[in-house]
Amino acid sequence: MGKNLFQKVWDDHTVRQLDSGQYQVFMALHLIHEVTSPQAFGMLKDKGLSVAFPGRTFATVDHIIPTDNQSRPLQDDMAEQMIQVLSDATSEHGIEFFAPESGSQGIVHVVGPEKGLTQPGMTICCGDSHTATHGAFGCIALGIGTSQVRDVLASQTLAMDPLKVRRIRVEGELGVGVTAKDVILHIIRILGVNGGVGYAYEYAGSVIDAMTMEERMTVCNMSIEGGARCGYINPDETTFEFLKGRERVPQGAEFDAACEKWRSYASDPDAQYDDEVVIDAKDIKPTVTWGVTPAQAISIEEIVPSPDKAEGLDKDLITDALDYMKLKADAPIKGTKIDVAFIGSCTNGRLSDFQAVARVIAGKKVAPNVRAIAVPGSEQVDKDARAEGLDKVFEDAGFEWRKPGCSMCLAMNPDKLVGDEVCASSSNRNFIGRQGSPTGRTILMSPIMVAASAIQGSVADAREVFGLQEDAA
Amino acid sequence: MSITKVAGRGVYVPGNDIDTDRIIPARFLKCVTFDELGPSLFFDERFDADGNTKGHPLDEGKHAGAEILISDDNFGCGSSREHAPQAIQKFGLKAVIAGSFAEIFHGNCTTLGIPCVVMDKENRSRLAAQVESNPEEELILDLEGQQIIFANEIYPMTMKASTREAFLAATYDPLDNLLSARDQIQDTAQKLGYA
Ligand code: SF4
Repeated sequence: MGKNLFQKVWDDHTVRQLDSGQYQVFMALHLIHEVTSPQAFGMLKDKGLSVAFPGRTFATVDHIIPTDNQSRPLQDDMAEQMIQVLSDATSEHGIEFFAPESGSQGIVHVVGPEKGLTQPGMTICCGDSHTATHGAFGCIALGIGTSQVRDVLASQTLAMDPLKVRRIRVEGELGVGVTAKDVILHIIRILGVNGGVGYAYEYAGSVIDAMTMEERMTVCNMSIEGGARCGYINPDETTFEFLKGRERVPQGAEFDAACEKWRSYASDPDAQYDDEVVIDAKDIKPTVTWGVTPAQAISIEEIVPSPDKAEGLDKDLITDALDYMKLKADAPIKGTKIDVAFIGSCTNGRLSDFQAVARVIAGKKVAPNVRAIAVPGSEQVDKDARAEGLDKVFEDAGFEWRKPGCSMCLAMNPDKLVGDEVCASSSNRNFIGRQGSPTGRTILMSPIMVAASAIQGSVADAREVFGLQEDAA
Repeated sequence: MSITKVAGRGVYVPGNDIDTDRIIPARFLKCVTFDELGPSLFFDERFDADGNTKGHPLDEGKHAGAEILISDDNFGCGSSREHAPQAIQKFGLKAVIAGSFAEIFHGNCTTLGIPCVVMDKENRSRLAAQVESNPEEELILDLEGQQIIFANEIYPMTMKASTREAFLAATYDPLDNLLSARDQIQDTAQKLGYA
């Protein structure tokens, strides 16, 4: 019987089984950042331990970095201290640090792939739940807590339970104006925010096969919002093409050998799965959230659900979510007034996201009442975007073009919602208070939908605002 | 030290999908140690913008000093921030009972020695109601017997087998155990070309 990718990578990286029944698993790549990792170095010190494989850990700063003025020392003392602690710890232990203004800084899940650190068949971990992003390359990519960061620093291994694997096949062809973000929001809507508990998700099918690597990263990124521990896509020619020539990827004959190896990790045609779900691409429309979990989502054509039509706890959840969002049941989501538009984050802050928006916003203007910001996911994305003049296109349309970081995805830096502002956001979480104000409201959607909403001043359908139409053919 | 039993008074914080941003809002993540996180637990649920209490169950006088948190489905979903279980622990809570847990949160709690216990909805509602009307009474979480005892009543619960094993065997913090396999780790790294 064949194996799926998860089983192959897991088996390869297993050191041994532990007495508790868990497995000790080697981590091929460990990424760290300033919010969840500095404390782990303190824990190491307390135990008198050193870093076992410093060459397999890489650090950057993303969460707390301001996106306007990044010159050091940062104005926020605590933010400055967090960066300093990470910088000191990495130099003490011989860990490579992609510091601000080095040309390599950025959101950890943007930096890993763009440098080619993320490679098929790896086990990858980071003290950050969106580590799932790296699964796009055919990796087991896990978000971990700080004590586990400590475990990995000290031993390069984790104690883990194996996961079940659910294959999610998205078959058919996406309509015009329907993006990778809509695909994953739709999947979460269908399977729920805890539908994936106990599972790794394998995304497959013709829609996934046809996606670029950046689109695949968007899909895998939000696996965690669906409750899955991780998500992955089998490596193929698209994967290898993306990796070719990247800084940390082998070159020449070594690259060809690496591709052979990488290809061997892909799920076998007769692989077994614990569950399978098939989704018809025709059913996927531009999707937006209306509530306070990513599963509380509807297509832009639908009306906001009503608690009257739900039962039990669902009824309460809908009532509470509508109260918080100050939305009316049974009313269209389209037309909901927005105050802020945010394009960025590890979900949708890559070059292709800005390119897609630039193609449609040229010559258009952000509505006067909307504060619109575009935040590249890394210094590299910023540089590439500027080289194409995208920053100008955004600025001409009324967006602010900022410096790279997590920014308003979680608002640990100065980019925050104020009061109960509504934000059309290309990020991944619409939790209560997520964007920095305890009463702030987030509506998740794709970057082109954010752009359309920014221009309209209210939640809008990008297909209408930009006149996107199916080819006559 | 093995953990076989946890005893303490309970408090019920109702709601499904209580995420880590609610357990500890991101602004409190600005820190380089976890020591000061206790008071920030559920901060925006407990206090309004002016710092006035909103009457959250944790702040009700009758639940002061509670040590076992009861909640509903998918507790701890969202981010991997260990700040969430750290805040729970620093606040003085020793165990969590819920309908289900998000996995990363569950793993983080385990490493810190906070048992995450699963109880079905019917029993949970019954227990929550009992705790409400009898807040002075202690709950006893019996990990060995896989049961919860409250006011002479027994409530069934479940725990992930490997986690329960780790609490009983005192290996819930896995680091020493992981480090005992240094040679095998080296071999695996060598074999995979990572050394
Ligand atoms: S962009 Fe948002 S989700 Fe991604 S790593 Fe940063 S804070 Fe986390």
